Amino acid sequence: MEINKNVNESGSMVDMLINMGPQHPSTHGVFRLVLQLDGELIVDAEPHIGYLHRGSEKLCEAESYSQVVTLFDRLDYVANLNGELAFCMAAEKLLELEIPDRAWYIRTILCELNRIASHMLFYGVYGLDAGAMTPVLYGFRERERIQSLFEQVTGARMMHNYIRIGGVKEDLPSGFENKLYSVIDELDAAIEECDELLTQNEAFLARTKNVSRLPIEDAVNFGVTGPILRSTGLIEDVRISEPYGIYDRFDFGIPIGNTGDCWDRYYVRMQEMRESLSIIKQAMKQIEPGEIQAKMRRIVRPPEGECFVRTESPRGDLGVFLVSDGSQNPYRVKVRAPSFANLQAIKHMLEGVYVADAVVILGSLDIVLGEVDR
Amino acid sequence: MEGTEHKNIVLSEVNQKLLELLPSILNEPDVEYGTKIDEVVLNVPSNLIHPICKTLHLNTELFFDYLRCLSVVDYKDILEINYHLFSYTKRHKMVLKCELNPKKPVISSVSNIWKAANWFERESHDLFGVVFKDHPSLDRLLLPDDFEGNPGLKSYPLHEYKEW
Repeated sequence: MEINKNVNESGSMVDMLINMGPQHPSTHGVFRLVLQLDGELIVDAEPHIGYLHRGSEKLCEAESYSQVVTLFDRLDYVANLNGELAFCMAAEKLLELEIPDRAWYIRTILCELNRIASHMLFYGVYGLDAGAMTPVLYGFRERERIQSLFEQVTGARMMHNYIRIGGVKEDLPSGFENKLYSVIDELDAAIEECDELLTQNEAFLARTKNVSRLPIEDAVNFGVTGPILRSTGLIEDVRISEPYGIYDRFDFGIPIGNTGDCWDRYYVRMQEMRESLSIIKQAMKQIEPGEIQAKMRRIVRPPEGECFVRTESPRGDLGVFLVSDGSQNPYRVKVRAPSFANLQAIKHMLEGVYVADAVVILGSLDIVLGEVDR
Repeated sequence: MEGTEHKNIVLSEVNQKLLELLPSILNEPDVEYGTKIDEVVLNVPSNLIHPICKTLHLNTELFFDYLRCLSVVDYKDILEINYHLFSYTKRHKMVLKCELNPKKPVISSVSNIWKAANWFERESHDLFGVVFKDHPSLDRLLLPDDFEGNPGLKSYPLHEYKEW
């Protein structure tokens, strides 16, 4: 940490500038936050992003549609499948493809598993942010179960390239059902265990309860979405308000908070994991054998036009704006990354709080810098 | 750029209602109303963008409280700015489109209406060189401050190397 002292004319110290990051473990990547302090209070905070900018949107314009999917893997690198799904849905909307049921069930099961894996990572690192060392061990253990399941299905642990335009790459491997059921049982028990370990912990409550309350109007105005928006008490989930795929076939709830503080943001995610498990269980009951790829041409060439799709990623409202000029490459791809919009609110959230809370507040946003910087 | 007719995706009921409601509330002769796949599309002249956004945000029947996305598309002869709007209370959505001259891309900022626009506008300024008037701090966002050029534009080379 680099510390500069601002001195006024008479030589006494006015306030202090602290550089938090870009190489700071609690920024969850390469993100710099310049804090201006008056004693222990934060007077002003200036976020600096772009350290991980790879120009993904521009790169998409040079790749063919099926190659672009691999770039979407690398945006939100904690929930890769959700990113792949968003782009594939956009291309399918322009192509007017009918996706076979089985492909949708496979996509839904894997995306919900990815949501749990992402929230488990959040659970672990949020414990660390708040000063608890143990949860990260439990969070990673559970995430590992899901990652190894992904490895069996897609062949990769992170960069899957599994969801393809028109369906999925290949069918589920033999014996997947039994393995998934045993993982579900383990996760069911693990979520309870994690809940007991941290949720009502007195020290954790003291660090997070009533810290950085975000009113509902501010959250909406800042474009904050996902668990953070729901923690303010607004019932909003793209899976229910604008259902895509087969989400209208499942019965699940939207957990909400009531004060919008850090603890609510944490607890909404904990409950969301249970809802995701319930969706997976329902999907496993409904899934039937069948086709996994829509009948389409080998070379993807959507007609001229544009479309905007919205999906609910673990971090919020993930949108893809796709413009096609009828050629083999997209004309323009714009990713509406949920972390990008959520992170905007940090300046507002940090003003007037204690510097010790900065790490807890930033952690509660659960940002992924790959998605913020694109 | 007109899209082809989509068979299975049409305007939902709330959005159909919105399309009928909009002309009477906005009452601007220069605005073009249309649809694209499942969304209401408005083409707005660039000098009207701020008053129209203000009406869309404040009018109790429209009440667009959420700016979902702000993006720029470079069509070489025009720069098109897209505002994707949504209303949590009324549950309708629409797209505002605004065409700019690429030689002099200047438009009013909407960041005092939706705070969400702040970073989206900075990003558009950074990558496309669009100037947003009355923006609180229109600096580069993703690229370093001393970077030259606007890499989002089609005129910016994508791969400088030759394939070998």
